[in-house]
Amino acid sequence: MQRNQPAPLLEVDNLHCHFFTLDGVVRAVDGVSFSLQRGETLGIVGESGCGKSVTAMSILRLLPKGLGRIVDGSVKLEGRELTTLGDADMRSMRGHQVSMIFQEPMTSLNPVLTVGLQIAENVERHLNVGRKAAMERAVEMLRLVKIPDAERRVNDYPHQFSGGMRQRVMIAIALSCNPQVLIADEPTTALDVTIQAQILDLMLELKQKLNTAIIMITHDLGVIAETAQRVLVMYAGRKVEEAPVVELFQRPLHPYTQGLMRARPRLDVEAEEQGRRPRLQEIQGMVPALNRPILGCAFAPRCGYATDRCRSEAPGLTEPVPGHLVACWEATKIAGMGHA
Amino acid sequence: MIAYITRRLLATVPVMLTVGVFVFFLLRIAPGDPAAIIAGDNATSQDIENIRGKLGLDRPMIEQFVHWSWRLLQGDLGISIFSNLPVTTLIAQRMEPTIALTISTLMVAVALAIPMGVLAAWKARTLVDRLVMGFAVLGFAVPVFVAGYVLIYIFSVQLGWLPVQGYRPIGEGFWPFAQSLVLPSIALGTTYCALIARITRASMLEVLSQDYIRTAESKGLAQRRVLLLHALKNAAVPIVTVIGIGIALLISGVVITETVFNIPGLGRLTVDAVLKRDYPIVQGLILVFAFAKVLVNLTVDVSYAFLDPRIRY
Ligand SMILES: Nc1ncnc2c1ncn2[C@@H]1O[C@H](COP(=O)(O)OP(=O)(O)OP(=O)(O)O)[C@@H](O)[C@H]1O
Ligand SMILES: [Mg+2]
Repeated sequence: MQRNQPAPLLEVDNLHCHFFTLDGVVRAVDGVSFSLQRGETLGIVGESGCGKSVTAMSILRLLPKGLGRIVDGSVKLEGRELTTLGDADMRSMRGHQVSMIFQEPMTSLNPVLTVGLQIAENVERHLNVGRKAAMERAVEMLRLVKIPDAERRVNDYPHQFSGGMRQRVMIAIALSCNPQVLIADEPTTALDVTIQAQILDLMLELKQKLNTAIIMITHDLGVIAETAQRVLVMYAGRKVEEAPVVELFQRPLHPYTQGLMRARPRLDVEAEEQGRRPRLQEIQGMVPALNRPILGCAFAPRCGYATDRCRSEAPGLTEPVPGHLVACWEATKIAGMGHA
Repeated sequence: MIAYITRRLLATVPVMLTVGVFVFFLLRIAPGDPAAIIAGDNATSQDIENIRGKLGLDRPMIEQFVHWSWRLLQGDLGISIFSNLPVTTLIAQRMEPTIALTISTLMVAVALAIPMGVLAAWKARTLVDRLVMGFAVLGFAVPVFVAGYVLIYIFSVQLGWLPVQGYRPIGEGFWPFAQSLVLPSIALGTTYCALIARITRASMLEVLSQDYIRTAESKGLAQRRVLLLHALKNAAVPIVTVIGIGIALLISGVVITETVFNIPGLGRLTVDAVLKRDYPIVQGLILVFAFAKVLVNLTVDVSYAFLDPRIRY
């Protein structure tokens, strides 16, 4: 899998992000590494609070000023280090080479500016065109994200759009300068199911058209299955597993990933045969607090396989199957058993 | 929008009527015989009778009110008791210095306060922020007359840069006019500026933590644009509100400032009229100030609709 591949477009290496709060230092991201190829979709999954958004935000260096920051690690776009880039260079990169869609469509657009202006200003900033051409581009983008009556709607304000429409506008902004990387931070979480499917379809369609690489952040394995080629599973600020999407679904190695799979509603053959639907199984226990150092494997307190070693020594990443990384002492044993 | 403004203008009529009724009865219902109060301690009963006749106080209250309202509608505010000149003429004469002082104070204060507040919010919890807020606390604590005398002492008496007192009408040339306004505007504007700066900072701080600011940052827009367009436009409603409220503050400050700097404006006219108990002038001034306040409120309300598209009108 790793061999014979061209240099990655985006490379995140050993990223550490801390928040300096009154309750102490929160280790929101604690040594995450991954890479992204051109045109690829990488999924990042994990429970709420595991550091997905912080990872995404730190690529663009958008962590809340004076509260959170990257304390270690590197982020490289086409070999260029972003963590130490000057402010001006960083600004000309944002929204141009790398852009982002946020988790909260209802509040992510500026309520007092027209949506047209909010798309056009990105174009005007990065593509060296005048206000008028930028506005035309805004209309074009609104059409691209399938907003009916785009010529008229450019002059409307965000409160005149529904949640799904606003997320379309966010997509229009994010894609307006043909970025190489689109970071989509739970783009559909806040929307209802039918709208979710529409937005995902739209993103996949545009991705085909524009060949943008996507980092798709979600806590929904269904979204991953539909969109991603490779998946990264995060737990408590760390990467616990990474594999191609089919491999991960067929053979999840980390007990946490297995837990996530069981917690997902399924209506498959096995269940049908038994004449009943399996109960959803939640993962017992709670995500650990991140403001104290975690001894051993962060998942150990919730893990059925945990041994004394798990509780005292943090497992490193191993590659029991080529292309499939996992951070678990018991992974080979679990793999040998086949998954339950 | 036009319909909205018209509607709001019409809504000011009942407000002004209420003020009118209040002003009228203020004089008649006050304890004691107004004519006797006006005439003073050493007046003869003949003097008092004369004043009573002149003010029409010997006629029934309702008749007086109808008569007074009718003249008011024609722009007639009555005759000053002491100078025998029409109140409208007296007020008109004193209008220019006060309007000039108010507008220049407003401009100076707003032009300083908003950048200060924006800067303090952007650099929140840094030295810059502390300096700006320190100034705001100080500016708020120093009374207008103290600031006035200190400024006069430093810039006029010691340095000789600016006139000590007095007012030069704009008709006599812009420079002398502007020079005569510098110190009074600063003295009067300091409190006001401090108030606006504080509100600007608070409002900006709140806005800067909103998701849409992060979106703006994610587009790589210039810092200036994020602060002055994306943030400030959202922060504007409370700022404009406090600018409006502050004008009421200015009106009372004007009285003191005009006295300190010896400016022949409405403030001085108010002081003189009150001291002499020249009630027709006092009535006229209350109406003028109330009208000014109503206009300011109207302007503030209309500006909301321009600032925030979600406000329905
Ligand atoms: N502004 C902040 N102040 C303090 N801690 C923060 C802040 N933002 C995030 N964190 C910490 O970072 C951790 C990771 O947060 P993050 O937003 O990345 O989670 P997430 O995986 O995106 O979760 P969700 O699915 O809920 O979006 C959280 O557990 C939280 O403790
Ligand atoms: Mg998140």
